Parts: sequence; C-alpha cells; structure tokens
Amino acid sequence: MTAKADVGYHARQHARWRLSEVAFWVLVLAGALLFPSRYLIMTDILRLGLFALSLDLILGYAGVVSLGHAAFFGVGAYSAGLLALHGIIPEPVLALLAAGLIATGVGFLTSFLVIRGVDLTRLMVTLGIALLLEALAERFSNITGGSDGLQGIEMQPILGLFAFDMFGKVGFFYCLAVLFILFLLARRIVHSPFGLSLRAIRNNPLRAAAIGIPVNRRLIAVYTLSAFYAGIAGALFTQTTALASLDVFAFERSADLMLVLVIGGTGYLYGGLIGAVAFKMLQEVFSTITPQYWQFWIGLVLVVIVLVGRARMHRWALWLPNLVIRQFAGRKAVVVVPERDAS
Amino acid sequence: MTTLFTILFDGVAYGMLLFVLACGLAVTLGLMNFVNLAHGAFAMTGGYVCAVLVNNSGWPFFAALPLAFVSSALIGVVLERSLYRHLYTRSHLDQVLFSIGLTFMSVASVDYIMGSSRIFIKLPSALEGQFDFFGVGIGRYRLMIIVICGLLTVALQLILAKTRFGSRLRAAVDDPRAASGLGINVPQVFAFTFAFGCGLAGLGGALSAEILGLDPYFPLKFMIYFLIVVTVGGSSSITGPFLASLLLGIGDVAGKYYVPKLGPFVIYTIMIVILIWRPNGLFGRAATR
Amino acid sequence: MSIRSQMLLAAGAVAGVLALAPASAQDAVKIGLILPMTGGQASTGKQIDNAVKLYMQQNGDTVAGRKIEIILKDDAAVPDNTKRLAQELIVNDKVNFIAGFGVTPAALAAAPLATQGKIPQIVMAAGTSIITERSPYIVRTSFTLAQSSTIIGDWAAKNGIKKVATLTSDYAPGNDALNFFRQNFTAGGGEIVEEVKVPLANPDFAPFLQRMKDSKPDAVFVFVPAGQGGNFMKQYAERGLDKSGIKVIGPGDVMDDDLLNGMGDAALGTVTAHLYSTAHPSAANKEFVAAYKKAFNSRPGFMAVGGYDGIRLIYEALKKTGGKTDGDALIEAMKGMKWESPRGPISIDPETRDIVQNIYIRKVEKVDGELYNVEFATFEAVKDSGKTKK
Repeated sequence: MTAKADVGYHARQHARWRLSEVAFWVLVLAGALLFPSRYLIMTDILRLGLFALSLDLILGYAGVVSLGHAAFFGVGAYSAGLLALHGIIPEPVLALLAAGLIATGVGFLTSFLVIRGVDLTRLMVTLGIALLLEALAERFSNITGGSDGLQGIEMQPILGLFAFDMFGKVGFFYCLAVLFILFLLARRIVHSPFGLSLRAIRNNPLRAAAIGIPVNRRLIAVYTLSAFYAGIAGALFTQTTALASLDVFAFERSADLMLVLVIGGTGYLYGGLIGAVAFKMLQEVFSTITPQYWQFWIGLVLVVIVLVGRARMHRWALWLPNLVIRQFAGRKAVVVVPERDAS
Repeated sequence: MTTLFTILFDGVAYGMLLFVLACGLAVTLGLMNFVNLAHGAFAMTGGYVCAVLVNNSGWPFFAALPLAFVSSALIGVVLERSLYRHLYTRSHLDQVLFSIGLTFMSVASVDYIMGSSRIFIKLPSALEGQFDFFGVGIGRYRLMIIVICGLLTVALQLILAKTRFGSRLRAAVDDPRAASGLGINVPQVFAFTFAFGCGLAGLGGALSAEILGLDPYFPLKFMIYFLIVVTVGGSSSITGPFLASLLLGIGDVAGKYYVPKLGPFVIYTIMIVILIWRPNGLFGRAATR
Repeated sequence: MSIRSQMLLAAGAVAGVLALAPASAQDAVKIGLILPMTGGQASTGKQIDNAVKLYMQQNGDTVAGRKIEIILKDDAAVPDNTKRLAQELIVNDKVNFIAGFGVTPAALAAAPLATQGKIPQIVMAAGTSIITERSPYIVRTSFTLAQSSTIIGDWAAKNGIKKVATLTSDYAPGNDALNFFRQNFTAGGGEIVEEVKVPLANPDFAPFLQRMKDSKPDAVFVFVPAGQGGNFMKQYAERGLDKSGIKVIGPGDVMDDDLLNGMGDAALGTVTAHLYSTAHPSAANKEFVAAYKKAFNSRPGFMAVGGYDGIRLIYEALKKTGGKTDGDALIEAMKGMKWESPRGPISIDPETRDIVQNIYIRKVEKVDGELYNVEFATFEAVKDSGKTKK
C-alpha cells in the first residue's frame, strides 16, 4: 500500500458512521417523542447546540478562538426578524437561508480582521466586533427597535404547511431538521481534505504553510462557514420565539457558548451538542431549585470540572455506558476518551 | 475651551481608575500567562469591604481603603495557594472556564450576603463636589483618584524596575526553571505577585464605587473593560496598560460628551483599530501569547 | 474517535432529567411569577418577590377554598427567557396566572401567550403605556410613565421652571417619559434646551452631566430605570450641579426609596412625581412599611408596592369568582376593582385594565436623620394619558 493510499484509507475510516453516532441521533429523536411537554427547552438546546457546532468549526478544527460569536448569531436573528416583520421573505425556510447568507457576508468581511494576531487578540477583536454590532443595533433603533427589541414579528407557516404552535412542537422539529442537515454538512466538510488541512493548520500553522496549505485562505473560508452556521442558529432563534432583542449580541451569549463547547469538548462535532444538553440541564435544574442563586451552583460546577479535569470527568460520564458496552461487545470496545482541545 | 479641559480631566480620572482596576490582570495575564477572568470579583470584594467598614462600622474612608487592599490581597493569596496554582500549566480554555466559574460564584454569594441593590460608600465631605481652577471644573473625588493612582503607578514601575523583588519576578516569568535553579522561590514570587494584583483590584473597587456604582454584577459588567485595557496596552509591561487606560478613559468620556449617540462606538472602534494595527497591543512583546 | 463518541450515550442518560415534569395537586391555584432575579434588574425582582411573600404571610395562602401556589422563575430581564418560561408555565405547569415582568420587553414578549392561553397576565413592574394594549388579558398594578411624567411636566411649568435639559434612558419607558414630559411642559410654556438619551447599560454619567451643566438649564428632567438613580445623583452632586442651582425633577424612579438613603444630602430638595413614597402618611402604608422592614430589613420601594398590589388583585379576583380560574371571568372580576393600597386609593380602569392611582409631588427631605420623599401635593385618580387620548 502506498503512503498516499494509506492516508486516504485512514481518512475514510475516520469518516465512517459509527454505531454510537447513530445511537446518538436515535436518542435525540427518542427524547423528542418521550418528553412532548418539554419541547421549548429542547428547542433551546438544539439552537444552542447548532450555535456551539458553529464555534466548534473554528475553535475545534481550525484553532481560532472567538469571544464574539454572538455577532453572527445576532445578525442572523435580526435578519430573520426583519425579513419576517416587513414581509420581504415570508416563508421561514427561505428566510432562514437568506439570514444565514447575510451572516455569511458579515463573517467574510470580518474574517480579515480576525485571522491576524494571536489568541488573545482574536478573542478581543471578535468580542469588539460583537459589541460594535450591538451598539449599532442600539443606535439604529428605528430599524431594530433598540433596547425594546423587534416587536410584532409574526411567523408564517413553514413551507406554507406547518404553522408554529404554542407548545413549540413544530418549532422543535423544524430546528431538529435544520440541525441534522447542517450537522451532516459539517461532518462531510471536516472529513474532507479541506477539513484535514484545517487540522493541520490548527496543529501547526507554520508547518501547514510549509507543506503548501494556503493558511489564510483556509481560515477565511472556515470562519465564513462558521458565521453561516451561527447566522442560521440566530435565525432559528428569531423564528421559533418571534423575538429579536439586543441581547442576541450580548457578551454573555458568546461567553456561555464558550462554556458550552468547552464542557462538551472541542474538535469532534458532538461536543457542542453534548455541552448544550449538559449546560441547559444544569441551568434548568439549578434555576428551578433556586431562581435567585443558581449562578453560584453553575459556577461551582465549572470550577469542579476544571479542578477534577475534563478528561477524568468524561471518563466518569462514560462509566455506565462502558459497563453496558462491555456486556455486549467485550472488554476491547471499552476505551478511554482522548483529550484533544485547542489552544 | 474650559469644557475641553474638564472633559480631559474626567477622562484621565476615569482612565486612572481603570488602570488600577486592570493592572492586576495585566500582571497575571502578561507576566504569569494566566487568564483570570475573575479579576473583577477581587475588585468587588474590596469595594464591599470598604463599604461595610465605612457605612456600617463607621470607619473613616481613608482608613478603610488600605483594608480594601489587604482583604482582597488575602483572599487572593488564599485562592492562589489553594486553587489557582494548580492551573498555571493548564490550557487557556481551562483557565477561562475556571475563572468564569469563580466569578459566577462570587456574584451569587455577594448577592446573597449583601443584597442586589447598588450600594454607595459614604464619603467625607472634603471629597464631595467640585472646585474651579481657572474656570476648569475639577471634581475633588476625581482629583484624589488621579493622585492616588498616579502615585501607585510610579511605585509599581519602581518596584518592577529597581527592586530585588522586581528582578526576581521578571526572572521567574522569563524562565521559571532557570530562576528556581538560581535559588529564586518561584511559587512564592508568583503568589506574592498574584496577591498584590488582587489587592490593587480591591483598592480600585473601593475607589470606583463612587463613580461606577457597586453591585453584585460588577465583575461581569466590567470584565470587558479590563480585558480591553490589557489587550490594547499589551501585557508585557505596565506602561502599556497605563497608556491604554488613559486612552480608553479619555476616549470614552469625550465620545459620550461630544457624540452622545455614538458613545460606545468610540471605545470599541479604538480597540479594534489598535489591535489590527498592533496585534500584541501598543507595547506588546512579539512573543506574548 | 469511536471511543469518544461513546460519550454520546452518556448524554442520552442526562436527557432523563427532562422527564422531571412537575406533578402536583390539581386543586391549587398556580401563579407563575416571572421576575429578573439575577442580572442588572435583580433588585426589582427581589422587591416584588419579597412583597408577594409578605402579602401571603399576612393573608394566608388559601383563597376561596383554594390553595395558592407561587412558582418563581428567573428571566434575568431577557425577553426570550421570559417568553420560554411563560410558555412552559402555561403549557406544563398549567398556571392560572402569569405575573411579575420587570421590564417592558419582557412583558411584551409574554403578551401573545396570555392571549392564546386566555390567562391573566399581571404586570407588576414594567411601565410603558402600550403594554396593556397588547393583550386583553393584561392587567397592570404598577404604573405608567405617562402618569408621572405629565404631572411633573405641568408642575414644572407652573412653578417657575422655564428651561429644562432632559436625560433619559434610551428605551421604551424612557422615551415615554420624555415625550409626555415634553408635551405637557412645552404646552405650559417651558422650553427644552438639551435632550440626551443615554444607553440603558451605562456605567458613567459624568460626560452626560457635563453636557447638562453646559446647557445651563433651570432643572434637569431625569428618567433612569430603578436602581441607576443612585449613581446619577452621586455624579450630579460631584459635578457641582446642585451648587449651580440646577434642580433635578422627574418621575420618581430616580428617587427610588430603596436607594434614597445611600444617595447622600445631594438628593435633598429634589422634586419628583410618583405613585408611592415610603413616607406616605396613611395607616395602611405605615403597617406595610413596618411589616416589610421587619421581614426583609430594608425599605420597600415602588416596585414592592406594585408586587404587593398585584398579588392582592389576584386574591380579590379569586374571591369574586369564588375560586374559579376561568381567564375571562377573572379579568372581568378585576376590571373596576378598587382598594386602598399602601400607596393610597387605587383602582383598575375597566376600559384599559390599567391602573388608576394618585400621583404625588414629593420633595426629598430629612426626617429623623434619614432621607425620605415627602409628599406635598396630590393629583387624584390619574389615568394613563398614554391611552386616554386615543
């Protein structure tokens, strides 16, 4: 076997669908059918998951940190809101795409600012962009509604067939479908040669440049793609809640996103989804128990996660599933989680 | 014309305040390479200690200020010894996660103990109001801030550049292994530096209550400002953050005065332009991470 | 790779938590109380929560044979949280009322849900006029900014204030306050010399105040949300505006009783128009203030009163319907209801479902070493002029 064929073989091996991945999506669907009374929070989780997926694309695969990803989320959200409010594109799916494309445009333009510099600079530049957009949205309150947000958005039925209902059922399945399609796309991309070149850049930009990868062009491309994903997440937010207010750009949103992704683990696409589930659950449980001081307990959990070490946490989380797997597939199938994080 | 000077004066005072609040962060981030987003929590602690001493126990304001410094520094050193030092070698993402967690805990704890209303520190009457200096309105409190912060800056610069401790610290930062080989107790130096940074934040918190307001959400609200100061200034010296603070303070105040509608743009635009122009900050070393 | 993905299974297990749907007695009347308990508006949420607790302590938790159960949720004043929480409360917890709402966008976000679910929405804080028009199920027990702003506008024009500079927070209530003040003040012959709108989240008022000072007005009209008033007054004094004879006037939000004592003597002499003062000289209020202070060791502000009257309204409506929780019947019962609140006599306007109350002109004075808003003129039964004109 030649070296080239060998690399190709391994790449293809990695790209194959695993049983556990299938199981994950089955579980998601099962969750949807099992808890029909919790559509709203599950929709929230899906949106956050998609949003985290978009950050994972740049952080986990290209090693670009961002503390201002809410910028694209916000652009998507306001675009979708304005498109619906003024009846420019009343059909949600088309509006979703349009909003995503607008966010993509903003992502492309800002990518030139972001690819320069080191981690800390990137964090601050991205944060600055999000804050700047927030200030813009506040300034042009005649368009955006300022601090009061866009009021009176009414969503048309999806494809003219499914109207958004009060229980959030349609919204949930709509989000799930969008998430799944975009996930497939992301999965295809990260396992393509393009995706592999991104990992090369993440691991060592200098070496990547030396073997002929156009580093800056690739980074711009993936950053723009990630903006598209974030824009879609934002548009879903507006479409399912019929709201868009200044906090879509807020620093807290970007910071929470970072937490979500780091909790779930970066660089394997599922991290954002799992992190979203874990984070929202914690928030929900704590804020139900103590609506006033839930932040304390979230904080404690974060501190403990770091002190214990994420790798060890993941191992513990896997203890039960591993036990099950051991029963069926024997000792060999049980392995520890490798820790692979950016920065 | 006099208005211009008043604005300039206010901007300098605001900037100085930001500097005292943020320079501890510049130390931990620049010298120890630790992303401590909980920095604002130490500032808040100092502010609340000062407020309780002055308002409830009747201490004079100037006696309470050093205690704000000491209490924050003490908490800083305890946390450094017990928690932070395990994380120096961890990835930045871990450090972010950890320090945001600490921040959340501090916010909720203060909310629990002190309540969520904004509080103020009762000032001696000598510090209240404004006096005229050739037509330029000078706020007494702001003047005091400029004096205190100016002295601190000079002292800091001298300590870092001239004293034995300063050279030990720089050695420990440049190459911890070589430094400890030379007999420098690196962990001790770090702990001391960390505590000092926290103390400064505490002092800044106490001073800023009057101007920025003090409530449990202080660490979250001003985290962004601290980060801007440190990144724009570059984190390798204290001159950088100092100038960045002044720039930020003056830019913010002047921006709000002359173009009130565009207020927030001014700061963020300055920041982005500077970072694009000099990605390591105004005075950054090329190698800082 | 495959290994790591096994973690996905673990995530599935977590999903089990979702099943924690609340199960409880059917016969209780449930009230979903959605308030900002964290974030910048937390003090509003806490006051209302306290007041509701206080009322239930005083009046028992059973009305017309049915137990009252409060489900408190924190929305951090972010409208999409409010909406989700309201939706879940209605759909899952089957609440009979939704109440609270610290800020206008939050109240507006929940309005369509109240309409769809035919559930009374009791607004205990948010003060923009349009809110009650967004759903026939909204009843408000707080105030509207039009009520206090028109009154202070008239008062200023009649009391020798000719030139006013305004400083208002740039969001719906701020704009309401500004517009209604301007309308009545200029109609009375006054002149606005400078208008500054400050961003809602704003740490430093100094530059804005410098602008005020330079425009040399007789008075500054101020509206900032509850909680920011203290900062404003501190810097007003620091800039020497008090010494240069520029008065502060405005709706009473800036002189929130909650913070007044911390503001220092600079606040002395400030004239505001508002619905409630801790110093309101009625027996009902004295009792309320004493009980509140005893229970929570702080002064009640106007937010607390809004919450206190809100829960009272729910109790009274339930009494009237005999414990029936049909939304339409409850709203009918609430319309036109009158009672003596700690703030004075109030009623619910049957037309608009908004509150009708006395507005008092107050001046900050020192009583027994503490600062209070002392009322010296009363405008009786003020309706929301934001709607009456339409």
